[in-house]
Amino acid sequence: MDHSSLAGRIFRGVALALVLVFFMFPIVWIFLMSFQSNEQILRIPPHILFEPTLTNYQALISGQLRTTAGNLEISFMRNLVNSFVLSSAAVIMALLLGVPAAYAFARFKFRLGESIAFTLLSFRFAPPLLVLLPLSLYYQQLGLSDTYFGIVWVYQLIALPLILWIVRGYFEDISPDIEHAYRLAGHTWREAFTRIAVPLAGPGIAAAGLLSFIFCWNNFVFALILASADKQPVTVGALAFVTASGIQYGQIAAAIVLSVTPTLLLALYAQRYLVEGLSLGAVKG
Amino acid sequence: MTMAQLSETNTLPRRKPRPRGRMLPYILSLPALLVCIAILVPFVTAAVYSLQRYRLNLPYLRGFIWADNYIDFLTDPAFWNTLRISLIYTALTVVLELLLGLGIALLLRRPTRFHNAVSIALLLPLMTAPAIAALMWKLMTNPGFGILSYLVSLFGVHDFKWASDPSTALFTVVLVDVWVYTPFIMILLLAGLRSLPRQPFEAAALDGVPASFVFFRITLPMLAPYIITASLFRLLDSIQQFDIIYAMTQGGPGDRLMVFQVQAYLEFFQYTNVGRSAALLMILWLITNILSNIFIKNWLRLRERAHGHA
Repeated sequence: MDHSSLAGRIFRGVALALVLVFFMFPIVWIFLMSFQSNEQILRIPPHILFEPTLTNYQALISGQLRTTAGNLEISFMRNLVNSFVLSSAAVIMALLLGVPAAYAFARFKFRLGESIAFTLLSFRFAPPLLVLLPLSLYYQQLGLSDTYFGIVWVYQLIALPLILWIVRGYFEDISPDIEHAYRLAGHTWREAFTRIAVPLAGPGIAAAGLLSFIFCWNNFVFALILASADKQPVTVGALAFVTASGIQYGQIAAAIVLSVTPTLLLALYAQRYLVEGLSLGAVKG
Repeated sequence: MTMAQLSETNTLPRRKPRPRGRMLPYILSLPALLVCIAILVPFVTAAVYSLQRYRLNLPYLRGFIWADNYIDFLTDPAFWNTLRISLIYTALTVVLELLLGLGIALLLRRPTRFHNAVSIALLLPLMTAPAIAALMWKLMTNPGFGILSYLVSLFGVHDFKWASDPSTALFTVVLVDVWVYTPFIMILLLAGLRSLPRQPFEAAALDGVPASFVFFRITLPMLAPYIITASLFRLLDSIQQFDIIYAMTQGGPGDRLMVFQVQAYLEFFQYTNVGRSAALLMILWLITNILSNIFIKNWLRLRERAHGHA
């Protein structure tokens, strides 16, 4: 490939600039919009320079939206808390269930293990509504509908396959000789697991946990079907907010910024592991 | 050595095989097994529902009608519309994302600091929740103040209605899908490109082989496993797309964007027709199941390569 010809370099430069504009512009624009009043947003042509205002964020945080038509209660902070609670609980549960299983699948060859691992993997690609719709009827009968536990349980569909397959890869990459030697010194398998295998696979476990947190946070359809208003995460809450507030565009933009900031920061922090996470452990970055 | 043989030799030697030691892998994977079973229950339930006349508003009519839900689809234009829209949506998004993702990965191939920074920046759309991404684009395409509506008006296109016009709705949601998911293909192919051995490229450069020949005869074939895995991954997700379309238009205008999962959702909650909704989802599952079997084969091959088990 010719890197040196002038025309080639100009072409590459222009192409990269276009790519950056297309992928970055929406994020920048919504960010700017969140600091504008409705009057500023509605101006045509749009202005790049404007007096920034924090009123949108104030309204969201205080939960009170004052409009000419009257006061509107916003529960967006509640949605934010719900996203944190649901995603963290789901990831902790998936780690507790998934890490021992991943260890078993990596160290022992047994047919049931392979079946479980591949069944969980195939769940990742099955239509979520196929499970969710019957589940919503079951939940009504079991009294699980509208409980945090009910939603966290279903989030295992997202978190568990990811954690299982990524952590399994990390365990497979660790030579079993170390655990072997440790066990020959008279330690039990439990000690070998908690003191040798888990610490060595630590970075992988942490990365898998962070990634599944992002995917749980970004999920929309699970909570749309199973959660009532006071349990909804930001993805569903933001959509409900758009329907309720209608024309409060500045607040909508601010709600979007608050919804995506945690995952974007986490993604930047964990970017080294993203390739591996996105490919469920098949490609290393 | 195959993975099986390797794991066999990896297994810790058990000189005195006690029952507890043999049970260990089963005990460790028991919780994961329970999750599997718990998820299989609603799945089987859905399969049963799809064979029933089951409407939430008319519970006394409930009963088995076997394949009737499926047979009804054959003569139902709404079903063919759903199938058609889903396939068009999937084909458009996967092809566009593959071409764009491959192009960007090639641009960023050399690991300079600037290229790495760009590839990290491009992860941001991918890490945005798709439902939220749809809301972002909704704000930008608002006919009243949306920046994109303003920009197209500068080019003389007034009254461009984006997702609310039947003729441009599909284009708009495909655009959002491309915005969110192109970085997925890009990041996988970039990792693939950078992991390719150097010798063939160096040899080609020494021999003065033209760039197009290098690309089609060396780069593409060597990148093929990554391209296949990434495309199948997107294919599987795209044919089930729900978040972007639901958040943007809820399947409208009219039935213009009634893809499988949106249609099934509305059948269930709006028309309370559980049987029909389940049958629709079973058909979608059949399609994804065939695709995911092909996918898993390719994915395993890549995975073994990444973990040095090949």
